[in-house]
Amino acid sequence: MHGYANPTRFLSLASWLTPLLLVSGAVLTIGALAWGLLVVSPDRLMGETVRILFIHVPSAWLGMGGWSGIAISSAALLIWKHPLAAIAARAIAVPGMVFTAICLATGSIWGRPTWGTWWVWDGRLTSMLVLLFLYAGYIALAQASARDGGSIKIPAIFGIVGAINIPIINRSVVWWNSLHQPPSLTAGKSAIDGEFLVPLLIAVIGFSLLFGGVVLMRMRTLIAEMQVEARLRRRALADDGPQNQPIQRRRVRDA
Amino acid sequence: MSTVKAKHQRLVLVVLALVAIVLAGLFAAYALRNQANYFYLPEQMSANPPEVGQAVRLGGMVQAGSLEWLEDGVTVAFVVTGNEEASVPVQYSGILPDLFVEGSGVVAEGSLQTDGTFLASNLLAKHDENYVPRELEGLHANDAAQQAAETVSYSE
Repeated sequence: MHGYANPTRFLSLASWLTPLLLVSGAVLTIGALAWGLLVVSPDRLMGETVRILFIHVPSAWLGMGGWSGIAISSAALLIWKHPLAAIAARAIAVPGMVFTAICLATGSIWGRPTWGTWWVWDGRLTSMLVLLFLYAGYIALAQASARDGGSIKIPAIFGIVGAINIPIINRSVVWWNSLHQPPSLTAGKSAIDGEFLVPLLIAVIGFSLLFGGVVLMRMRTLIAEMQVEARLRRRALADDGPQNQPIQRRRVRDA
Repeated sequence: MSTVKAKHQRLVLVVLALVAIVLAGLFAAYALRNQANYFYLPEQMSANPPEVGQAVRLGGMVQAGSLEWLEDGVTVAFVVTGNEEASVPVQYSGILPDLFVEGSGVVAEGSLQTDGTFLASNLLAKHDENYVPRELEGLHANDAAQQAAETVSYSE
């Protein structure tokens, strides 16, 4: 585990793991969505709207899983000062926020025909919206500290503190009366019929593999950006004409 | 040696911080227990009735056999039950959500009247955690009957 904190070793691992995750994730996701959207029969009460399940549930899982990843990376950064931990957390944030937004949007579209409303301020929906705002805050904070050379500890602390929202989202439908239904999948028990459950689980695995591939891609991009920046800075220092320095640095920042 | 010590110190600090954050979150959630409820259950409403005319939400199950249309043709009356014996009669005039049927969950927005009836201005259907394809609906009915029997014997 610690061995892969070394960026060189990580890059050689990521160079073959990234396409593997992306391709297998795309195959599973397309297969599960085709199965879920075209093949399974409609639900006894919800009818065709049940098909949103196959996008909504994996997105919710990744939205919450993404923040858990940010929190774990942040803890690793603060405790062991892994050079890759901060990069991993930054790489997770954007796809995590995208899936949280997809979860909220598909839930809203499902809620209109099922509940009779697009949105209510119940415990589950509100805590999930808070997660979206936490992501936005984290991305802004991490971007600012990376760009302006601030302490990377600040977004790490934010990532750990924000993790308190994850158990709250998970338990919100159990602790409080909410319009959102209680969990259908609990340890060893499923209230979802097998016909829906199998494509749903495949979709969850496929979405997760895709997510992992995107995160690895973004980590490689962030590492490459940092290497370019460091190289340009060195070259600018060695350069005879110091007037070139600010221009070159600005170009990197705009990229 | 000193780096190992610093590493352990950071580990302890982060773990302590995590414990403190989790405790703070649990306390906050505990304090919010009643405020963060989206609706009152019938037993909560009868134990601690809101003021007449105050806007509240009532949630529970539509009691089987209680649903009836009033003579004006647009008002529907039914009884909402919770986990306990208490129940609240509800009246509502308007378009019913598709999933609104007897024996399923409902959240009614409105206010309590002087006669104890809950006058709803909006109805939301509450979906339960069960997802069942149409083909298996009959099977589900058997399951439901079995579940109901178990529940009855449990409550006695």
